[in-house]
Amino acid sequence: MENKKLLLDIQDLSIQYDTEGGTVHAVEHLNLTLEHGENLGFVGETGAGKTTTALGIMGLIPNPPGIIADGKIFFEGEDLLKKSERQMRDIRGGKIAMIFQDPMTSLNPVMTVDKQIAEMVLLHNDVSEQQALERAVEMLEMVGIKKERAHDFPHQFSGGMKQRVVIAIALACNPILLIADEPTTALDVTIQAQVLELMHELRRKINTSLIMITHDLGIVAEMCDKVAIMYAGRVVEYASTEALYNRPAHPYTEGLFNSIPDIDRDEEELKVIQGLLPDPTNLPSGCSFHPRCPYAIDSCSSDMPPMVEIEAGHFVACPVRFEHWKNAADGNGGVKR
Amino acid sequence: MSGNTAPRMKSEAGLLDIWRRLRKNPLAMFGLFIVVLLIFFAITADVIAPYKYYEQNLINSFQSPSKEHLFGTDEFGRDILSRIIHGSRISLQVGLIAVGISVIFGGFFGAVAGYYGGRIDNLIMRGMDILLSIPSILLAIAIAASLGPGLYNMMVAVGISTTPQYARIIRGSVLSLRGQEFVEAAKAVGSSDTRIIMKHILPNCLAPIIVQSTLGVASAILTAAGLSFIGLGIQPPTPEWGAMLSGGREYIRDYAYMTVFPGLAIMITILALNFLGDGLRDVLDPKLKR
Amino acid sequence: MNPNAKTIVEVNNLKKYFHTKKGMLHAVDDVSFAINKGETLGLVGESGCGKSTLGRVMIRLLEATSGEVKFWGNDILKYSSSKMKEMRKRVQIVFQDPYSSLNPRLAVSELIAEPLLVNKVFRSASERSKKILELMDTVGLAKRLVNSYPHELDGGRRQRIGIARSLALSPEFIVLDEPVSALDVCIQAQVLNLLNSLQKQFGYTYVFISHNLSVVKHVSDRIAVMYLGKIVEMSDYQSLFKEPLHPYTQALLSAIPIARVGQKRDRLILEGDVPSPIEPPEGCRFQGRCFYRQDICKEKTPELRELEPGRSVACHFARQLVRTNGR
Repeated sequence: MENKKLLLDIQDLSIQYDTEGGTVHAVEHLNLTLEHGENLGFVGETGAGKTTTALGIMGLIPNPPGIIADGKIFFEGEDLLKKSERQMRDIRGGKIAMIFQDPMTSLNPVMTVDKQIAEMVLLHNDVSEQQALERAVEMLEMVGIKKERAHDFPHQFSGGMKQRVVIAIALACNPILLIADEPTTALDVTIQAQVLELMHELRRKINTSLIMITHDLGIVAEMCDKVAIMYAGRVVEYASTEALYNRPAHPYTEGLFNSIPDIDRDEEELKVIQGLLPDPTNLPSGCSFHPRCPYAIDSCSSDMPPMVEIEAGHFVACPVRFEHWKNAADGNGGVKR
Repeated sequence: MSGNTAPRMKSEAGLLDIWRRLRKNPLAMFGLFIVVLLIFFAITADVIAPYKYYEQNLINSFQSPSKEHLFGTDEFGRDILSRIIHGSRISLQVGLIAVGISVIFGGFFGAVAGYYGGRIDNLIMRGMDILLSIPSILLAIAIAASLGPGLYNMMVAVGISTTPQYARIIRGSVLSLRGQEFVEAAKAVGSSDTRIIMKHILPNCLAPIIVQSTLGVASAILTAAGLSFIGLGIQPPTPEWGAMLSGGREYIRDYAYMTVFPGLAIMITILALNFLGDGLRDVLDPKLKR
Repeated sequence: MNPNAKTIVEVNNLKKYFHTKKGMLHAVDDVSFAINKGETLGLVGESGCGKSTLGRVMIRLLEATSGEVKFWGNDILKYSSSKMKEMRKRVQIVFQDPYSSLNPRLAVSELIAEPLLVNKVFRSASERSKKILELMDTVGLAKRLVNSYPHELDGGRRQRIGIARSLALSPEFIVLDEPVSALDVCIQAQVLNLLNSLQKQFGYTYVFISHNLSVVKHVSDRIAVMYLGKIVEMSDYQSLFKEPLHPYTQALLSAIPIARVGQKRDRLILEGDVPSPIEPPEGCRFQGRCFYRQDICKEKTPELRELEPGRSVACHFARQLVRTNGR
């Protein structure tokens, strides 16, 4: 992994929000890397800090109340946190693009879609308006919208088509990294299937790296090479999709898998994780998952679990399960789902 | 009421609870203090006023504030302080009752129009639009003229003339609340329309009602002054803040205190009501609890 | 279908149309089915297919345009408003959004007390508060939360309040309108388990409305698939997932992302979007997106027919599809 140059390398990132109720620790000492052309799934529940991390990369943390308390975000070897607002504006939408969850509100309702794409192109490229509009039509066709519809307004499109337009805007300037924040959550399953298919296709055509933020483990299985599971502002498990899905190691990951009803199996009762996400203004000491964890031992409530590599490229922040893993049948690889 | 085993359960929002939370809000408490003080003045005006409000003394006219006459005297030599104290009776009544009438009627029509919608809404709101299209002072004059002069007729006239504004505001809030799922949820357990409006919809549009009505008190006092001025309201020599204000206008260059003091009285009243209203609004909103 | 099962709810030719500026919106269009006592009927479909409207019309939160909803054999759509008020105790609903379905100005105890107060179930306040605490216990809400307000609680707990409200009057039949869609997976699993154990304990009959097929499969005994106001397929959950007959069901099932690596199914990607339910054309509602479409589909609306006992499909080519799909 070290021999390839990293596209994104987040080191020890901490992001906090100061609120009346206290300091919200949205992201806590997060470490994450992404290689060129890689697709990373970023999984966690509401409030786990997925979107905050993405906004941190984009330099869009609202300040106040948010502050990046600590850490570095290296993008192509340069620390984004040291860039000026002007430099960030060039990077945003240029080299790094983001797709938001709700296509209904991320488009300007009084501007035709081709103009919205062209605007993006004009911002980041030295081209004429005519060229930008041509590029817009090209992009629309790439995402499967006929060029006759280029002069339509957003309200004339359905939800799935709007999300296609949003994707077209994001890809208009050939970004190196695309961050998609729950891009299909607001869509129906059959439309979601269309959009995912489109994203697959686009991946083959253009070599953009992707960070897919989602709570849907199914989408990650389909779209991503690597997965990071986030809990209460930290990455608790990070591995290749294959390793994580076949050999989940962290108790939280295991709980997540157990919470989803399996479409191919009958189960009377779901094995649930007891309790609730911790209060982000008052995180438990030690491992923040320990109050809900069935495997917790005394030291979990006092010691912060380090990330350990349990097999090549498979990192877990749980020493207890690491012990289990080592003791389980040698080499065969610990805990089977 | 309380269960034996569990924490005390509140049934309906308790008055005691509201008082306890209101006490923590210093501005609201200040407002309440002023309002209570004004009401005290109004009740005991005959005892605490240093002079009779109708006592004329033409030799002493246009006296600047002094030891004998703290707020000075007017063109007939009447003591302004005494007139303000007596005036609080009329002005507070006019302000509060007229606004009360507007809130009750406006609330009723607005809530019915917004909740039922359709033809009823159209009928009520077009009626309100007709009233709105007439300047409210003109409307008040027309109503007062047809009812005849007098304190109570004037309050009714002022109250009715501003009803459409309240109806509009309340209808707007009701309209947006009507579509909320909790209204449907109340229907699903068998709640009647009256209960839904009283318990679920109106409490949730309290904020705009309170803001509008505290401001409304000021304009009601001034409208009432206008009516009195053209002889449809309070007849002289009964003192009333609005009338004192307009009466003193002629002398504003030379004897500014004649308008300053009644003006201050109105301003302090509105400010106090505003503080109290804002405090109440916050206390009644559970989201702002603690 | 189990021959011993007693039909609790029977829906016949139910229609619900809405007047809109663009024309008549056919939200529920001639739907008929029956539900047995103690079972869970899953109602799936994409947004705008009319599943929530159907759920609301069934318990008369919305008035039907025509048709019958028989509860133990009596058509409740014909009930007077006073009789319907009595009826409300026996049919209940849990709403999708635990944020907007609770009045923000009421405390937990007041929210749960409302059905009891409105229907004057208890004469004394102390009996009522006993019942409130009992209900809170049933749905797994801690006693200390009685005086909390909805905004202080998380989505899962709020949804438990919604469930407690619907249980307060001891209903027989509960419409669950997307009860877990707004919740995170872990909380979703907790609520699903709760609903399941309540059904076992009290023998409730559920209609479970959802767009999430894996959730529907987990909770349902039988499943009805809706498309543009019509039921296109209805069957027990096992056969529906093993051998979907209607082309739409097939596409829907193939579209679910599976949380397992290397299990990507052959997707049937549907063209286009769900058409508008306003003044729908003659013929099969699905014809515009169907990959088996023939001429007849444009001319004749396929009826929901029983192909095998307990399995009904509304497709002209259902029999052929059985053969081609049989594994």
